[in-house]
Amino acid sequence: MKTILLFIGLSWVGWEAWLPSAHPTRLPAFKSESVADSGKVIYDTYCLSCHQANGAGVPRLNPPLAKTDWVLGDKTRLIGVLLNGLDEEVEINGETYANAMPAHNFLTDKQIADVLTFVRTNFGNQASAVMPEEVKEVRSKKK
Amino acid sequence: MKKTTLFSALIGLSLAAPVSFSTDTPPARKPRPDADNGGLTLPQGFGAVVVSEGVGKARHTVVAPNGDVYVKLDRLENGKGIVRLQDTNNDGKADSTTTFGTFKGTGIAIANGYLYASSDTSVYRYSMKNGVVDESSQPQTIVTGLTLQRQHASKSIALDDAGKLYVNFGAPSNSCQEKDRTKGSNGQDPCPILENYGGIWQFDANKQNQRQSDGMRYATGIRNAVALDWNPATKQLYALQHGRDMLATLYPEMYTDAQSAELPSEEFLLVKKGADFGWPYCYFDGQQDKKILAPEFGGDGKKQDRCAGKDRPILAFPGHWAPNDLLFYTGGTGAANSFPAKYKNGAFICFHGSWNRAPLKQGGYFVAFVPMGKDGKPSGKYEVFAEGFAGGPEIMSPGDAKARPVGLAQGTDGSLYITDSVKGKVWRIMHGK
Repeated sequence: MKTILLFIGLSWVGWEAWLPSAHPTRLPAFKSESVADSGKVIYDTYCLSCHQANGAGVPRLNPPLAKTDWVLGDKTRLIGVLLNGLDEEVEINGETYANAMPAHNFLTDKQIADVLTFVRTNFGNQASAVMPEEVKEVRSKKK
Repeated sequence: MKKTTLFSALIGLSLAAPVSFSTDTPPARKPRPDADNGGLTLPQGFGAVVVSEGVGKARHTVVAPNGDVYVKLDRLENGKGIVRLQDTNNDGKADSTTTFGTFKGTGIAIANGYLYASSDTSVYRYSMKNGVVDESSQPQTIVTGLTLQRQHASKSIALDDAGKLYVNFGAPSNSCQEKDRTKGSNGQDPCPILENYGGIWQFDANKQNQRQSDGMRYATGIRNAVALDWNPATKQLYALQHGRDMLATLYPEMYTDAQSAELPSEEFLLVKKGADFGWPYCYFDGQQDKKILAPEFGGDGKKQDRCAGKDRPILAFPGHWAPNDLLFYTGGTGAANSFPAKYKNGAFICFHGSWNRAPLKQGGYFVAFVPMGKDGKPSGKYEVFAEGFAGGPEIMSPGDAKARPVGLAQGTDGSLYITDSVKGKVWRIMHGK
C-alpha cells in the first residue's frame, strides 16, 4: 500500500528535480528510494541540527520527532507546523521546549511531503506517507 | 539510628587515615572518594564522591557555611524548586534531602547572610541564621514582574561584595532576525530586543520588589549568559556567552557544517560596566581572532564592519559547548583541604554540552579549568578538569548523555560540587586522600 501511495505521490509533481543528477534510470524501484533520499537530504539540511540525527531533539530546547502525536497524528497539523512554524509552549510526553520552530514555507509541496514522509517512517516511527497534494491543500487554505 | 550514624562516622574516620588534622578548623576529616570517582575522570590527586544520585532536573548550586548543599531545580519536584542535601555523618553522601520554595528556575547564591534564588521571572532571598537557611520563612522578593520568555529565560545571578545583584537577561532570540531562526529572514537593525534583553542588569541586592526598570543595564550585546560569577580576587564580574546557532542551516552558501560546528566561539567575558559584546550584530570567530559581522546584518564570514569596536572575550572556546556555570575558586578554610596552589583564584567552567554541532559529533560535557592571572585575565590555556559525565567518548546527540554538568559550587572545605541536569546527580570533588 505504501509503495503504491508513494508512486502516486511521485508521479504527481516533478520528482525528477530531486533525483541525484547521476541517477541512471527511472525504474519504479529507484523512484521509491529517491523519495526517501530526498526526504533525508531535506532533513539533513534543514532539520537535523535542531532535531538531531536520531530525531531525539534536545532536552529543554528542541522537541523530539520520535513517537510523538505531533508527528504520528493529524497530518494537517503537522504540515501546518512546517509551513507556519510554531512558537508557543507545547508539552510533549511531559516535557516543554524553548526554541521556536521556524516556518519552512520556502520548501516546495514535494519537499515538505518528502521530509515529513521521512520523519514519519524513521526514528522508530511507522506512519503513512505525506502527499504533496496534502501539503498543497494546507498551504492554499492558509492563504 | 543515631548509633548507626556514629558507627559509620567511626568507620569513616578509621578509613580516612592519611588526613592531617588541624586545630584551627572543623575536623578536617574528608569523605572517601567513590572507587570509580562517580564515573568521572579527574586529574591525578583528585577524587569524587557522589553526594546524590539524582535530585531532579538540577541547575545551579551553592554550599552553605555549615556544608549543606542547595540545588536549584528546573522543574518542580513534589511542588518544590530548591533541594537541600545534608551529609550528617560526613561520608560524602547526602543522608537527608529536603525541598522548599515553590518556584522553578536556575540561579542560586549565598551572600549578605541570605540565600538568593531565581525563577525565570523573579529573584527571591531566604534569611539565614548561623549559616543555616530558614526554609520555613517567607522569602523576600528582590526582583519581580519579569516577562516570561520561552527562549533563554534562565535568570542566572551573581552578587558582588558591595550589595549589588547581577541578573542575566538572555535574549529570546537566536540572532534577532525578524522571524527567529527562519531562513531568509533579515536581522532587525537596530535590534529592539536589546532594550530589555541580551545583557546583564544590576540591581540593589537588598531592596525588595524591584522591577527591571529599577535595575541598570550593566552590559549589553550578550546573547545569553547562563554562567555568571563575581571574582572576589579582582572584584569584577565575569560571564560566558552562549554564541548564536545555525550559521550553516541559515546560510549554507557561506558556512560549511564543519565551520558552523566551530563558529561562533563560546566567549569568556570580563564584564565591565558599559561593555558591549556585539550580539546580535557580531559574533566572535576564534580562528580569525576577531568579532565578525553576522550574516543577518550583511556579514560574509570575514567582514568586521561595526564589529571592530566591540568588546572582545578574554578567552574563546569552540562553538556550542554551552558554558552553563562559572566559579572562581578561592580555596577552603583549611589549607589541607584546598586544591593545589595553581587552582587558587582560577576559574572553573561547566560546559553543559552542545547540540548545534550536529551533524558533527558534539562537544563540551565537561568541566574546564582556566588559570587566572592577577590582571584578571587567563594566564594559560584551559584544561579539562572533570569529564566522563556523558558516559561515552563520543556524543552524537545530547539526549544520549547520561549526565550533563550544569552547576558548580565550592564547599567551605574547598571541595568542588558539580550538578547534572539529566537526573540531578551531584558530585563532590576533593583533593588528596
